[in-house]
Amino acid sequence: MTPKRRRLSIVLIGLVMLGTAAALVLTAFEDNLVFFFSPTDLQTKQISPDQRIRIGGLVEEGSWTKSDDGLVSTFRVTDLDNVIPVTYKGVLPDLFREGQGVVAEGRFAQGRFDASEVLAKHDENYMPKEVADALKKSGKWHGDEKQ
Amino acid sequence: MIAELGHYALALALCVAVVQSTVPLYGAARGDDILMSLARPAASAQFLAILVAFGALTHGYVTSDFSILNVAQNSHSLKPMLYKVSGVWGNHEGSMVLWVLILALFGFAVAAFGNNLPPSLRARVLSVQGMIGVGFLGFILLTSNPFERLIPAPLDGRDLNPLLQDPGLAFHPPMLYLGYVGFSMAFSFAVAALIEGRVDPAWARWVRPWTLAAWTSLTGGIALGSWWAYYELGWGGWWYWDPVENASFMPWLAGTALLHSAIVVEKRDALKSWTILLAIITFGLSLMGTFLVRSGVLTSVHAFAVDPERGLVILALLTIAIGGALILFAIRAPSMKLGGMFQPISREGGLVMNNLLLSVATATVFIGTLYPLFLDATTGEKVSVGPPFFNAAFVPVMMPLVLLVAVGPMLAWKRGDLPGAMARLWTAAILSIAAAGFVWSQQNDVAFGPIVGFAFAGWLAGGSITEWAERIALFRVPLATSLARAGGLPRSAHGMTLAHLGLAIFICGAVADSFWRQEVVVNAKPGETVSIAGFDLTLDKIERTRGPNYQTETAHLSVSRDGAPVTTLRPERRFYPVQQMPTTEAAIHSTFLADLYAAIGEGGDRQGWTVRVWHNPLVPWIWAGCLVMVIGGLVSLSDRRLRVGAPKRRTNAPSAAQVAGAD
Repeated sequence: MTPKRRRLSIVLIGLVMLGTAAALVLTAFEDNLVFFFSPTDLQTKQISPDQRIRIGGLVEEGSWTKSDDGLVSTFRVTDLDNVIPVTYKGVLPDLFREGQGVVAEGRFAQGRFDASEVLAKHDENYMPKEVADALKKSGKWHGDEKQ
Repeated sequence: MIAELGHYALALALCVAVVQSTVPLYGAARGDDILMSLARPAASAQFLAILVAFGALTHGYVTSDFSILNVAQNSHSLKPMLYKVSGVWGNHEGSMVLWVLILALFGFAVAAFGNNLPPSLRARVLSVQGMIGVGFLGFILLTSNPFERLIPAPLDGRDLNPLLQDPGLAFHPPMLYLGYVGFSMAFSFAVAALIEGRVDPAWARWVRPWTLAAWTSLTGGIALGSWWAYYELGWGGWWYWDPVENASFMPWLAGTALLHSAIVVEKRDALKSWTILLAIITFGLSLMGTFLVRSGVLTSVHAFAVDPERGLVILALLTIAIGGALILFAIRAPSMKLGGMFQPISREGGLVMNNLLLSVATATVFIGTLYPLFLDATTGEKVSVGPPFFNAAFVPVMMPLVLLVAVGPMLAWKRGDLPGAMARLWTAAILSIAAAGFVWSQQNDVAFGPIVGFAFAGWLAGGSITEWAERIALFRVPLATSLARAGGLPRSAHGMTLAHLGLAIFICGAVADSFWRQEVVVNAKPGETVSIAGFDLTLDKIERTRGPNYQTETAHLSVSRDGAPVTTLRPERRFYPVQQMPTTEAAIHSTFLADLYAAIGEGGDRQGWTVRVWHNPLVPWIWAGCLVMVIGGLVSLSDRRLRVGAPKRRTNAPSAAQVAGAD
């Protein structure tokens, strides 16, 4: 095999693999991309109850309640224009607090968000970028002055 | 005063780095020995200056000097000493100082041990190292001065984020940085070789130990971080495909490929351009990791101390370094001579496949990590890419690689014998089938995933052991002869076997945990019992106590199995008053085969406590596998041929004999 042909075969194998990987990535994207919506988006857009989505905003002050057995939490997420009621069964992250930013993943049906996951953060000063943008969009963002 | 001294030392280091990055390079171009010889003292001086700066900052933390803004924001007088010290790198400014300290340490190592390098190559390598130093020192001095004063000084500091107050995380950043920054050596050698226009086996012999050292540290650093996330966050998992985790995983994948392609350059003088390119990409991914972690452009659960604007400066540095290197590559690479030839079925062919698969795997992680950023920038739509994507895209790419790892080392250089290699792998096939069969027999309802996973792990372990056993002719000659042969093998051969075995152990742990993990969440009052995987956990009581800088509630969960007591788990929920922050301290009962993992949430005597329990099979194997990989790396690093500064004259005669004997 000449060096040229050897190189060509390596390049060909590489291309085949890249093609396979691209196919894998694309099919994986199709099923597994999770889109982010703000509470205002949820009012205006039609979202199938089967679609897994993320929502984010601030936990509304005074909205957090727990069921009697302490396992199911309900709270409202707001972008200061609209609110979405959220139900979550499980343990909330340590830094979950009213008035703080939150991102939740789950499904939206009949005006309620059923969260399967509430994202934790390691740092109390940290504001998820999506939440900051959602607040900016609703014109209620004052976080920059804190920086 | 000491802080000002530290600041001055940093500025001095920048000046030295400017000299180091220009004068020796000019000297090498002109063939001027005196100018070239400036590189070594400059590298040493730069290291010393940064060491002084780092020492000054550490002094500020240890003595709780709150007139330094950085200390006041990230430390507290009540904090235990270990965390005062680790607090130095628990924040943006300090971690960047650690970054350049390690960078300068590597430069210093080349200066100190690089006696056998050709002077022009050494001068150029140190110059390139110096340029990276200029970029990052300038970045620190202009945007992230750690020595900024705070007048008047507050009475006490704001404390370190409590999650970071943990021994696992005290050592995670230095190890991770040793890995990230260690790849700068491969990068500097690659760029120096491009300037020089020459890559030969001697070059690869120089690059390999640095790459190996960086790879070993990075493996350890990632494992430590994952272990910390596992026991500290109280979520029961060890890997989330989070952007920050991926940021460290991408250089690891590319570095693994580099490690293997450098072997081909060293042994066969082939794949030279590719290896250079890989060295540039690997360090580029390391820089990108630093950027992703520091800038917070991607929503990550692990983001600490992020600042988008300073992140952009790192992005600019990344663009300059990698863009410049790639342009140089485009100009110089075509002029490089083609090296040794080989058939597709050969050791080289196997290593090429390894490289292709690892590169594709890196690309899938890259796309999955950065696609949200891309989509946000182009359409404004916000998406997140989670574990399901990576399971669907990354795992299928890695599977053929695992198959190949067992076969590759069995093939000869230049022209391999695939049927022959497969015939010699019958033990691996048996082990693979046995592992699959065992898993099959243990399952109540047959799931395909774990069977395939364990079959792959068995194949990999069997192949690695077979290859090693063949080298020492185990069971074919008397045992004493075999042992003597094992003693005569180059350490890098043992290292390879260990690293591949470590991967097999890791796969077992990862597969078992992802398919068989069990979780129970209940609300319990004292006296109530939770059952999971045959264990009964009874909540005896909740105890309230105080730690040095926190208050804590400790649950006492007595664990029994079929009525026989096993252990008592004491998960805690801590509250750090200075930062007003609660943390979860999980309790883990670990046996060789599984972890029983408990965490408690909020609660009170009246409504009871949320108790979360996991049963995680084979999770200890994940860390064990990583540890074996690290040991493999260290063993290989101790190989005389690879030892830092290994003299050329000794490699020729003995290694030729060893290679002949080994192959």
